[in-house]
Amino acid sequence: MDLILFLIFAAIALVCAVNVVVQTHPISSAVSLIGVMGSLAILYLLLGAEFLAAAQVIVYAGAVMVLFVFVIMLLNAGKESSKGQSFTVQLLGVPVLIALLGLLAFFARQMAPPEAMVHFGGFRGGTPRAVGHALFTTFLLPFEATSVLILIAIIGAVVLARKEMD
Amino acid sequence: MAQVPASWFLMLSAALFALGVAGFLFRRNIITVFMSIELMLNAVNLSFVAFAYQHKGPGGVDGHLYAFFVMVVAAAEAAVGLAIILTVFKNRGTLNIDEVDSMKN
Amino acid sequence: MQLWLIPLAPLAGFAINGLLGRRFSRSLVNLFAIGSVLVSFAWVLYTLSRAGDLQTPRVEHYFTWIQSGSLKIGCDFALDRLTAVMLLVVTGIGSLIHIYAIGYMAHEGGYYRFFAYLNLFMFFMLTLVLAANFALLFVGWEGVGLCSYLLIGFYFDKRFATNAANKAFIVNRIGDFGFSLGMFLIFANFHSLDFASVFGQAPAAPVGTLTAIGLLLMVGACGKSAQLPLYVWLPDAMAGPTPVSALIHAATMVTAGVYMTARAWPIYTHAPAAMHTIAIVGIATAFFAATIGLAQNDIKKVFAYSTVSQLGYMFVGVGSGAFSVGIFHLVTHAFFKALLFLGAGSVIHALSGEQDMSKMGGLRKKIPWTFWTMACAAVAIAGVPPFSGFYSKDAILIAAYENAPWIYWVGVITAGMTAFYVSRAMFLTFFGKYRGDGYPHESPPVMLAPLVVLALLSLGGGKLFPVPEFLRGVFHAGEPVESHALMAISIAAGLIGIALATLMYLFQPGMAEAIAGRVSGLYKLVYNKYFVDEIYDAAVVRPLVNGSRAVLWKAVDAAGIDGLVNGLAARARDVGGLLGRIQSGNIRSYATWVAFGAVMLIFVMGLAGGLVR
Repeated sequence: MDLILFLIFAAIALVCAVNVVVQTHPISSAVSLIGVMGSLAILYLLLGAEFLAAAQVIVYAGAVMVLFVFVIMLLNAGKESSKGQSFTVQLLGVPVLIALLGLLAFFARQMAPPEAMVHFGGFRGGTPRAVGHALFTTFLLPFEATSVLILIAIIGAVVLARKEMD
Repeated sequence: MAQVPASWFLMLSAALFALGVAGFLFRRNIITVFMSIELMLNAVNLSFVAFAYQHKGPGGVDGHLYAFFVMVVAAAEAAVGLAIILTVFKNRGTLNIDEVDSMKN
Repeated sequence: MQLWLIPLAPLAGFAINGLLGRRFSRSLVNLFAIGSVLVSFAWVLYTLSRAGDLQTPRVEHYFTWIQSGSLKIGCDFALDRLTAVMLLVVTGIGSLIHIYAIGYMAHEGGYYRFFAYLNLFMFFMLTLVLAANFALLFVGWEGVGLCSYLLIGFYFDKRFATNAANKAFIVNRIGDFGFSLGMFLIFANFHSLDFASVFGQAPAAPVGTLTAIGLLLMVGACGKSAQLPLYVWLPDAMAGPTPVSALIHAATMVTAGVYMTARAWPIYTHAPAAMHTIAIVGIATAFFAATIGLAQNDIKKVFAYSTVSQLGYMFVGVGSGAFSVGIFHLVTHAFFKALLFLGAGSVIHALSGEQDMSKMGGLRKKIPWTFWTMACAAVAIAGVPPFSGFYSKDAILIAAYENAPWIYWVGVITAGMTAFYVSRAMFLTFFGKYRGDGYPHESPPVMLAPLVVLALLSLGGGKLFPVPEFLRGVFHAGEPVESHALMAISIAAGLIGIALATLMYLFQPGMAEAIAGRVSGLYKLVYNKYFVDEIYDAAVVRPLVNGSRAVLWKAVDAAGIDGLVNGLAARARDVGGLLGRIQSGNIRSYATWVAFGAVMLIFVMGLAGGLVR
């Protein structure tokens, strides 16, 4: 059962990810990305990360991607033109990609011992209570820092986007 | 109840990351490039959570926290990045990343 | 004995006049210039009077100049009889010419510079004759060459003067190259450059080595003393002021080669082949130059070729083993040749610069003092007894006969030619009708007094200064040979030469042109000095210049060295340009490079084992 869940949503995630990369119109890419994020949320649930799955849907898929869609609409971005070539990318792009994939796969196999198995309910520590507890004790400093970071980002975004819109 | 080998999560994460890199290298639209970056970040989150699962002790939830912070930073970065894209679009009228090459030489 | 005072006085004169002379008045310049030379002369006399009989050389060592490995060269002066003779000639005649120059250069610019150079020349020449080793002699040798260059090119705004100065220096250099090689050989074989040491070892050395050394030193002598084939600079050196021609190119510098050869007599007496070569070169030069002198019209050029010819005689003397006789001719030649040049200078001064004899004539009554003093020199050089030239030239011819009779006969013919061209010059200048358009006026006393002194010396110097007897101890020579028959023949040759000239130039003026017309080809050849300068130019100078231009300049320097340096710079620029293409401004390519680096990093980290649990 867990296996089937995994396979389905992993497949959806992969297909949507491929779609993100392949589609010519940005809006199609954005919608596909939402799909990826949704499937990833299910996978988080499988791994016992309840809080994170919810955060993923609310923050990532619900806010960030909506922002993307708004910007695409605002800029009236159309199909991608095919001007511009880069020699380096043509030469090195594919080999680098393949090398990267190979290396990561290799280390992935190495990192996880073969008998480690995941099943739904195998990890009970992902509750909001646990996350909150860790957030305000072990991770207090990063928490405060990221709140400042968000403040800066807000101000920056407002400043950047404001003048040009006048 | 069939169980999923943990390494499969990691390999999925690797695949998603590679796809993100591919999108970043080969697409010309700035917004699409940005979305590839988000894809990469998601792949990393997945691998964090997968590792956290293997860590069943008191520090087990730390992996989730890492992923949480990645999400926060990614959100902030997306906001600012899109603001910059808006500015670039206003100045140059193009969303083609190859045409933003004033750092040439 | 303080020998160092002798060269130092003129050096001080040079320093003072050279540095401060610009602000001095003429009299002050004279004071330092003439005064320093007179001090030098007086000190020479004083030293010689106190020196005893000087059969053994008196050496003074001042300081060690070079010490390098086994090479030790000291600053040493040596005084023996040969040096004494040379010192008297250089300082004595030098003083007279300095005095003369006061009058001659009175109207010239650069007065102080002239005397400064003249004093510098005296310093180097005195160093040359006083030196006790080859290196110090070479210092003097080079130094007089430098001063010759400076003084020939004294009128530096005249192209022909600077060209002549260059020519003198460069041709001298060729001789100096031979001299240097000779010195190297000497050091290699005898491990010293000191005269005493070298000449002590010379008799024991192999003949081949000594011959080689002798020949190389001869090359140097040919350059400095204007023998074949390096004589070409001397006629052109007449571009300098006449006192320079008298002092440097008649009495002193050009005799340095003869002095050096005489000084090295232990080497030459044991290398007969080299000595014989010197005699042959000498007689060939004497004959050759005399023929050219027959047809020249410039009065100074006649005497210049005469100098070359007489130097040839001196070399015949030393080449025949009669070293003291060669030096004897050096002394008498200094008397009458300096007088001839100074007299010519007086004539030129009288005519305000005219040097062409075809524009002279009939000056006998107008400048009598000049005429009579030059006449004394003319009879001396023609070898008329009992005047000085006769004694020295005759002794040389007899010594040559002992060595190789054919040299004697050529020498006799040359003596006839000498008498002829000197008489010709006298007749063209002083007799007949005046053919020019100037106002001849006699020279001032300051110029005439040295002429008178030199005239007396030319007439009586042979008997007054028995140089060969004086020098016999130096050269370990034997008794001189006397032969009345040979003497009579050489006197006859001289008299015939004078008679012929009298006929052609005094009594029948048109005869010269008629003869010239009949042998016009030969005449043209001789008049143009056998086109030797042109031959040298075509055979040596042009190929050298063109070769340098085409090969060394264009190929090696411009293409090779510049190409290498510029090429390196250009390649550096190209590489930079190539690397600069990475900065394409393209974000995707930057990202690709980042990804590439990241992959490399992961790979390396994995290899290093950092990623394994």
